[in-house]
Amino acid sequence: MTGAPVRNDGPPLAWTLKGLSKAGRRAWTLPALDVPEAELSEGHRRHDPPDLPEVAERDIVRHFTRLSQINYGVDTGFYPLGSCSMKYNPKVAETVAALPGFQRLHPLQPEDTIQGALELLWRLERALCEITGMARATLQPPAGAAGELTGLLIMRAYHQKSGNPRTKVLIPDSAHGTNPASVTLAGYRAVQVPSDARGLVDLGALEKLVDDDVAGLMLTNPNTLGLFEEEIEGIARAMHRVGALLYYDGANLNAIIGKVRPGDMGFDIVHLNTHKTFATPHGGGGPGAGPVAVSPRLEAFLPSPLIAYDEDGDRYFWERDRPDAIGRVHGFNGNFGVLVRAFAYVFGHGRDGLREVGERAVLNANYLACLVRQAYPMAYPGRPMHEFVATARPLKKHGIRAMDVAKRLIDLGFHPSTVYFPLVVEEALMVEPTETESKETLDAFADAMLQVAQEAESDPELLHEAPVTTPVRRLDEAKAARELKLRW
Amino acid sequence: MEFPEDLRYTEQHEWVRREEHGVRVGITDFAQDALGDVVYVDIPEVGTEVRAGQPFGEVESTKSVSDVYAPVTGTVLDRNAALSDSPQLVNEQPYGDGWMILIEPTDQSEVGGLLDAAAYRAFTARASGEEE
Repeated sequence: MTGAPVRNDGPPLAWTLKGLSKAGRRAWTLPALDVPEAELSEGHRRHDPPDLPEVAERDIVRHFTRLSQINYGVDTGFYPLGSCSMKYNPKVAETVAALPGFQRLHPLQPEDTIQGALELLWRLERALCEITGMARATLQPPAGAAGELTGLLIMRAYHQKSGNPRTKVLIPDSAHGTNPASVTLAGYRAVQVPSDARGLVDLGALEKLVDDDVAGLMLTNPNTLGLFEEEIEGIARAMHRVGALLYYDGANLNAIIGKVRPGDMGFDIVHLNTHKTFATPHGGGGPGAGPVAVSPRLEAFLPSPLIAYDEDGDRYFWERDRPDAIGRVHGFNGNFGVLVRAFAYVFGHGRDGLREVGERAVLNANYLACLVRQAYPMAYPGRPMHEFVATARPLKKHGIRAMDVAKRLIDLGFHPSTVYFPLVVEEALMVEPTETESKETLDAFADAMLQVAQEAESDPELLHEAPVTTPVRRLDEAKAARELKLRW
Repeated sequence: MEFPEDLRYTEQHEWVRREEHGVRVGITDFAQDALGDVVYVDIPEVGTEVRAGQPFGEVESTKSVSDVYAPVTGTVLDRNAALSDSPQLVNEQPYGDGWMILIEPTDQSEVGGLLDAAAYRAFTARASGEEE
């Protein structure tokens, strides 16, 4: 089996509806006028018709169908984008979210008329707290980065309450770019913690950076190199010794779900990316969900309102009287439809199922790493978890870079892996197969990776030209960035 | 890969040239090669104080955004304004027209503490895991 073919056939393309436009052509006909004609006042009348494409319905349908065929997504093929957990989303979650009882709700309906929806949110919050080992969670943040900011504002509110918000937040040098951005937005200064030779947080260096002006440390575990931070307990002790908090970036929760909980490792704040771990739709600018869960001492600072359950009255309600809350971080109650999908995923799998998700994600990554490591050495010696970072450095002697490998993979029917990230690895290729792929797909992808490595030696020019089978060839990214043409 | 003998270097891949009025600073051939196509360079205004080992600017390539560190402490005497329209100079002539800032060092002797060409060449060889 190989990935989906990239379509480059058919008649010459008119890429835009404008290109298909013919004067006078229409996709509609209006019925004859059967009411009295009324004059528009001069101020409302338009003298020049708008410059819109004039096309038949057939043209519109073919245009958009064609674009959808050229598109590549996880529903058409393997999508091994490291650090992004592009797993296949089970369609049952879509079916559940489309149930009329969920879809036709209004966010301002009285609580008594939406008890089922509130119960779903409450059960999801309980489940996420159990998964993360935290006490309570907000489901409001509409995305992972929004969750980061929410978590950091909670951190700030906590320190502020004890008299001093502090000024610094520590971040490993392998971290996601969103971490320092969120830190800055929350009014803190990001201080980088170096990695050691194993690719893990350098505990000695960390201890030198920790003082009572450090508000916390943001960490992904497994980290962005796909490696488990083995000294997490020592890291937690170093932070807690000075009263600083430990923040868990949930980007890589997929690797440990059901196995070990951030709360048990000493983390105080956890944000989750439902689109990475709980198979809600990914990318495209949303809507998303980035719930934030916290340990008991931070509960009071979570955004308001929180979902709550009154046992005596057997009733779910919004808890609003929370004077220390940081305020709202999103309108209404978060992106409810996304949370319904996450609920379906969590409860569809159950405890054992989620544990198996983590196990298979790690197994798949390690299997694939073993298949390709001869041509693409691992960047660090440790055993990877759910993703691995390899390097295309051996191909440099043929004049081939990680970007060339990525572009050639497109020709071979696969979405490329992540390249040039994490920044601490030269010619990085970061691969995350996720638990949802079959052995056949992993074998086919490994074959493609190895074929590219061979071509680097036998036909480097082909790799410089790649992709050669796509409707659009290699784009000049440098020119696009240097000569920005913005329109809005 | 070029490592001009008359320059001094840092482990963060900046080069330093001692001149009559100060020290000229840019990023090395090795650095521009690793970064790939440079698309934007952010450098400080004349008169800015820079501190040895602290970032003074940023280089953005199609791959990443990276800090550029001051090799010595001092004041910015001049900046390469051409980089705002032609960031590719950093790739084309890293040691020439792709220079970034001219610093008036607070302490002239700081330059002497930086790596010489042979030491920097050996450092880059280790950094890229080559056996030389």
